[in-house]
Amino acid sequence: MYKIAKENLSALFQLIADSQELYLPVKTAGQTNFAAWSKDAEVDLDTLKTVKSAKDAFFPQSEGLYTVKKEGKKMSVEPEALKEQDFVVFGMRACDVRGLAVLDNVFLADPIDTFYAARRDHGTVVALACHEPEETCFCKVFGVDAAEPLSDVAAWMVGEELYWKPLTEKGEALTASVKELLSDADEAAVDAEKDAIHHIVEKLPYMNLSLEGWDGDALSEKFDSPIWEELYKPCLACGTCTFVCPTCQCYDIKDYTAGNSISRYRCWDSCMYSDFTMMAHGNNRTSQMQRFRQRFMHKLVYYPANNDGMYSCVGCGRCVEKCPSALNIVKVVKAFQNQGGEK
Amino acid sequence: MQELINRAKELLADGTVARVLGWKAGDLPYNPEPAYFETAEAMEDFVYNGFCGANLSKYMIEASRLEGKTLVCLKPCDTYSFNQLIKEHRVDREKAYIVGVGCKGKLDIEKVKKQGIKGIESIGGAEIADEAETLTIQTIYGEKTCAYADVMLERCHVCKGKDHMVYDEIIGESKETKDAERFDEVARIEAMSPQEKFAFFQKELSKCIRCNACRNACPACSCRKCVFDSNKFDSSQKANVDTFEEKMFHIIRAFHVAGRCTDCGECSRVCPQGIPLHLFNRKFIKDIDELYGEYQAGEDTDSKAPLTNYTFEDAEPSIVGKRG
Amino acid sequence: MSLENKEFKPKIVAFCCNWCSYAGADLAGSSRLSYPADVKIIRVPCSCRVNPMFILRAFEKGADGVIMCGCHPGDCHYSTGNYYARRRMTLLFSMLDYIGVENGRTRVEWVSAAEGVKFSETMNSFVEKIYSLGENVRLGDLRCKN
Repeated sequence: MYKIAKENLSALFQLIADSQELYLPVKTAGQTNFAAWSKDAEVDLDTLKTVKSAKDAFFPQSEGLYTVKKEGKKMSVEPEALKEQDFVVFGMRACDVRGLAVLDNVFLADPIDTFYAARRDHGTVVALACHEPEETCFCKVFGVDAAEPLSDVAAWMVGEELYWKPLTEKGEALTASVKELLSDADEAAVDAEKDAIHHIVEKLPYMNLSLEGWDGDALSEKFDSPIWEELYKPCLACGTCTFVCPTCQCYDIKDYTAGNSISRYRCWDSCMYSDFTMMAHGNNRTSQMQRFRQRFMHKLVYYPANNDGMYSCVGCGRCVEKCPSALNIVKVVKAFQNQGGEK
Repeated sequence: MQELINRAKELLADGTVARVLGWKAGDLPYNPEPAYFETAEAMEDFVYNGFCGANLSKYMIEASRLEGKTLVCLKPCDTYSFNQLIKEHRVDREKAYIVGVGCKGKLDIEKVKKQGIKGIESIGGAEIADEAETLTIQTIYGEKTCAYADVMLERCHVCKGKDHMVYDEIIGESKETKDAERFDEVARIEAMSPQEKFAFFQKELSKCIRCNACRNACPACSCRKCVFDSNKFDSSQKANVDTFEEKMFHIIRAFHVAGRCTDCGECSRVCPQGIPLHLFNRKFIKDIDELYGEYQAGEDTDSKAPLTNYTFEDAEPSIVGKRG
Repeated sequence: MSLENKEFKPKIVAFCCNWCSYAGADLAGSSRLSYPADVKIIRVPCSCRVNPMFILRAFEKGADGVIMCGCHPGDCHYSTGNYYARRRMTLLFSMLDYIGVENGRTRVEWVSAAEGVKFSETMNSFVEKIYSLGENVRLGDLRCKN
């Protein structure tokens, strides 16, 4: 266990950025999101949740796949290079780190997504424990410990100090490279902080949500439930919930024509959109109820069925905060709890 | 609120309306959701408070296709949107029983959180009936207070007025909330140099995640199929692959509702990144007012919209450079 | 100063209505009046056909300036098309100005079928203006730049 004074953090960021790229929560025009560090960037480690999760660092909202170029009668295909440079993501939360595990199950399973795999190989994550969890958080429901972010390096902000604990080989390597700024510390302060966090977590309204009945076996019972017809009604069919989500992994592949070249890229897609999984024959989900149902069935039923019971929701609560119609996964689970038996 | 609930129950009971479109209490103190109520029992969950910001006019497009009348609760600003939708034949006036509800300004939970208030357990003072000037917020980190006016939505500070433009009956009192001029911010930007303007919008728009919430929440955006949902588009409709795309989207979105936008402020309210999207719409409204005469969309149901109208003496486009 | 000596070669898109301005361009050609080859004309049935999206698209794909030409107000082949176009373009140009795009990059001129001289003069002055503004960097798609 090491520590560094908060006032020295900018020196730490500078040192990391000297040798590799550094992404961390930066405030731009009033909102905090993960962005590349620079001297002028307004680093914001106090905001608990960035608007978008740190998913972008490993699975960007849009990324090029290859470009076809035409010169005279010649055509050439240039594949997009894989990530070759090491980078550090600083300030992810425990829930976002679990989000990466969810993405790993999808992108690192055969066939491996080489773009994602390269970013995972080169990325080191420094995760921050949640000093003051909020009422929208429900990570505990999914077995995530807000006080114990299990990534390459775990960090805690206690008073004027940041405590730093490498947990993996990558974490050790990063620690070695910045050792000059760190000093040794004992665990006492961190243990007290962990207790304090656990104490707060117990008081949060969503933390004791029960997921009983949500698993792969519940497929047809949940799918055919009449509750969806009621639940989806306020949904405006925007993609906010899917774009702020740390685990939504669906993407679309599109081509862009730029005169003498065509670039093929992929970008996040949202199951809330009418052209989601559009095929030659049309779309297999024709109503908003079906699209709405898809999102929650995927997170709580289909995904666990294929991944040994692991849910693809991590309880970060971003959708709770951002939905324009105040819908969210917690309301869905509660609706089934309240009415599931009766209907 | 109780008066509203009682009246709704009455109308449900005597068969005047088949359902009520209002807000259902959420599971946090600040997240009521738009909802339909079909029975008196269901009305137990009905709520109307400072966090009921959603403009229910948009939902009336769908509700107009349902069997029977829908009782819809509209705030004064929502009625402008409803009128505009009548004009565009997107809602059926005969299918709506409009209860104009009072309004003392709607709250923005983001602004509350910006004040450092978190771990919210309950909020006092947000009820429409009480005259509280401050919100008393119980959090797991202790009791906090903030002034009601400080955490109001931007649109309420430039309120168009508390008169309902269309209604069957009015329930509840309203309180004037206007304390700023609507076009001040637009004028401030207009006065900037091109470099400053560009930098300002570039910074704001770079936050855009293309979730389309602004479009989908907008009562004026009622096309069955949006041009941005066309898969014949080669630029993306769901990601800003290039910075051009965010500008294209926001200019065209605002242009498509120019002359029809009532300035209800839903776009800015729903934006997850807090982009001041009303600045685009208001620029068009300001230009229309200055060049073609004052026009408030949704004030009536029969006037000609500025962009489907003309006069022989209209200004030439070159006026843009001359105005400086 | 001759235009050819400058390094920057602008791309300029001119939307011309079929009935007046396109015929005006024809007349300019048959009268041997010159206008720069940087101008690419796109013929539209009426100036009213020009959707604001067309203008933005042109910039996206690499245009440095966009000009729209139509019949003089009152002379529209379809009676009133250009009156609507006039309002639309005024609002669009004002919006582009508002977000910081130099307002010289867009222009509307009314050119009749008899005004070959005006067509040539308009294009010359517009191209000169775009030369002075330089490359359009604020409203293009980077992918179209290489």
